[in-house]
Amino acid sequence: MRAYTPKDNVQAKAYYTDRFYVSPQVPKQKVESDEIFAVDLEAIKAKFEVSDAFIQVGQMVVYIKAEDNYSVLELMRDELEYTQLSEMSAIDWLAKDNTFEVFYQMLSMNKRKRIRIKMVINNGQAVNSVEKLFRCADWSEREMFDMFGIEANNHPFMKRILMPYDWQGHPLLKTYPLEGDEFAAWYEVDKIFGKEARDVIGPELRDTSRVDRYDSTRFGRLGHEVPKGTEITGDEPVTEQNYQEDGGVFLIKKFDKKSSVVIDDPQR
Amino acid sequence: MAQVKNRLTPFFENITFDRDDNELILNFGPQHPSAHGQLRLMLHLQQEQIVKAHPDVGYLHRGMEKMAENMIYNEFMPTTDRMDYIASSSNNYGFALAVEKLIGLEVPRRAKVIRMMLLEINRLMSHLFWLATTALDIGAMTVFLFAFREREYLMDIIEGYCGARLTHAAIRIGGVPLDLQDGFIAQLKDFLDKLPQNIKDYEDLLDTNRIWLMRMEEVGTISTEMALSWGCTGPMLRASGVAWDIRKEEPYELYDEVEFEVPFSDKGDNFARYRVYMEEMRQTARILYQTIDMYRETEKNSQTELMAHSPKYISASKMDIMTQNYSLMQHFVLVTQGMRPPVGEVYVATESPKGELGFFINSQGGPYPYRLKLRAPSFWHTGILTDLLPGHYIPDVVSIIGTTNIVFGEVDR
Repeated sequence: MRAYTPKDNVQAKAYYTDRFYVSPQVPKQKVESDEIFAVDLEAIKAKFEVSDAFIQVGQMVVYIKAEDNYSVLELMRDELEYTQLSEMSAIDWLAKDNTFEVFYQMLSMNKRKRIRIKMVINNGQAVNSVEKLFRCADWSEREMFDMFGIEANNHPFMKRILMPYDWQGHPLLKTYPLEGDEFAAWYEVDKIFGKEARDVIGPELRDTSRVDRYDSTRFGRLGHEVPKGTEITGDEPVTEQNYQEDGGVFLIKKFDKKSSVVIDDPQR
Repeated sequence: MAQVKNRLTPFFENITFDRDDNELILNFGPQHPSAHGQLRLMLHLQQEQIVKAHPDVGYLHRGMEKMAENMIYNEFMPTTDRMDYIASSSNNYGFALAVEKLIGLEVPRRAKVIRMMLLEINRLMSHLFWLATTALDIGAMTVFLFAFREREYLMDIIEGYCGARLTHAAIRIGGVPLDLQDGFIAQLKDFLDKLPQNIKDYEDLLDTNRIWLMRMEEVGTISTEMALSWGCTGPMLRASGVAWDIRKEEPYELYDEVEFEVPFSDKGDNFARYRVYMEEMRQTARILYQTIDMYRETEKNSQTELMAHSPKYISASKMDIMTQNYSLMQHFVLVTQGMRPPVGEVYVATESPKGELGFFINSQGGPYPYRLKLRAPSFWHTGILTDLLPGHYIPDVVSIIGTTNIVFGEVDR
């Protein structure tokens, strides 16, 4: 039986974490600790529902309701002098609670302050486009759609931007496979030669960082070099590797493999 | 308008057209030499005039954000080189600074000075490259050769420092890996002493050049509102009347200790951008002179530390790793498993040669960033072509793309 791997997050994971490891937190400050942010937050709170707000690494983070995003950004641009939308995108929390977190990174040049407006949306829910307020959202929202599949209502051209128009899937989702799924290795073999040829050709190598130490065509076989294309039998002679830096390295004047001893017994 | 048979417009008697007008759709790129990379522009033309422009990007998309989510933090550093490959140290720096802010690290002063030197050399390289390619697009071959010659000297200096000409990876999280090599300062000083004359040479060739002025003045005018709305930053924004430079306004490293001015113009056209670039080169040289003095000062005060001391996140020095058992263990864990920054979020913007380069990192306490968003200035400087090009003529497209200074490693990421 194959080992079960969770399918809702197929990204690289730490292979070892100490049982008692507790990650520290980036400290959060109260919004009241900064005069300018406090005023801004009051202005937003007066009109809209704010579920959470704090300052982290010098920038205020404000959580708003997803329906309010257009009006909040309009208020910020017209009344609070946040004239530029530096960046917007989403964070995939589907594995945790089936939601996305969308953030808008705002910049006020007059106040020299940056605010991050955040909102949580459900899987499949569309956001209101802010393209009418900030033209740059035209491309950012397309990128967000391309990468996460989050659509923006009232967007003039809701098409993919970086990936090809006919692409299947949204690459930045945590469910998006890194090397194709288990069938991907056979896609091209099946298509070109038919399923009968599977045994002859074998699966496609999809792990780009894989190094086969017996592959004499593409890799150097360090220490076991043979001419290119040689049939590998497994009993090729070992090539001596004796590299020495000029003048020796730290602590070692001259390293000679033949005269050095490998201690097998750890206790000696 | 129905087709009328005359000598100028061809008459096709057996063909009916979908559209009954003279609009022509021209595909500019993705392999056009003056598109400065893989930009495909779909231009709707009315004779020679553009009525609608549709930039199509993504031909160099490598999924860097996805790669970042599956790499330990130090592993991602060389990948950032491939964003804005004209000035790659500035990308390294943006990423390193973001992670340092996340883990709350203070970098030693000497490393800060070296970083500033690298950043400003990169700015000069980028601006010289911009001048060379834009001038070449417009037909000024001499300027191209001059500027590339100077850029070559800078690349030699950088090569001496980190061994690479384009993909430097010269900055580490927590500092810089190496001290300046022998002769770095002398070479840099030599170069800087000649630079004013060089800049004057370019200006003599271009400033009053009739062709250059015709292609530049009153072409590609971006209003302040449009620049703000499209998220323009860097020289693009400064040429449109907003004197906003992150080095000045939100100083990082030691930029608050050096004296420099922020050149800006309120014209917003190609020529304004050209002037801003030229002035910035002079200011950069000024900063570099000051960093040389700062470096000498650190030598005098024997501040030799190059990497921050933080055993939890940063490997110890080579000497310690080779002699101290605990340092070796730490180093082994940091290389194989990677550092684990605290849980939290950070957005850090730096002034790269092209504009505001931002790194947004969401860390969940693991060795891989949970989400990393790269805010590359060129992305929106390409987007603005949608609104900027209509009304212009085909030759203007080349000069406008030139002055927007877009690099596709950064647009597509």
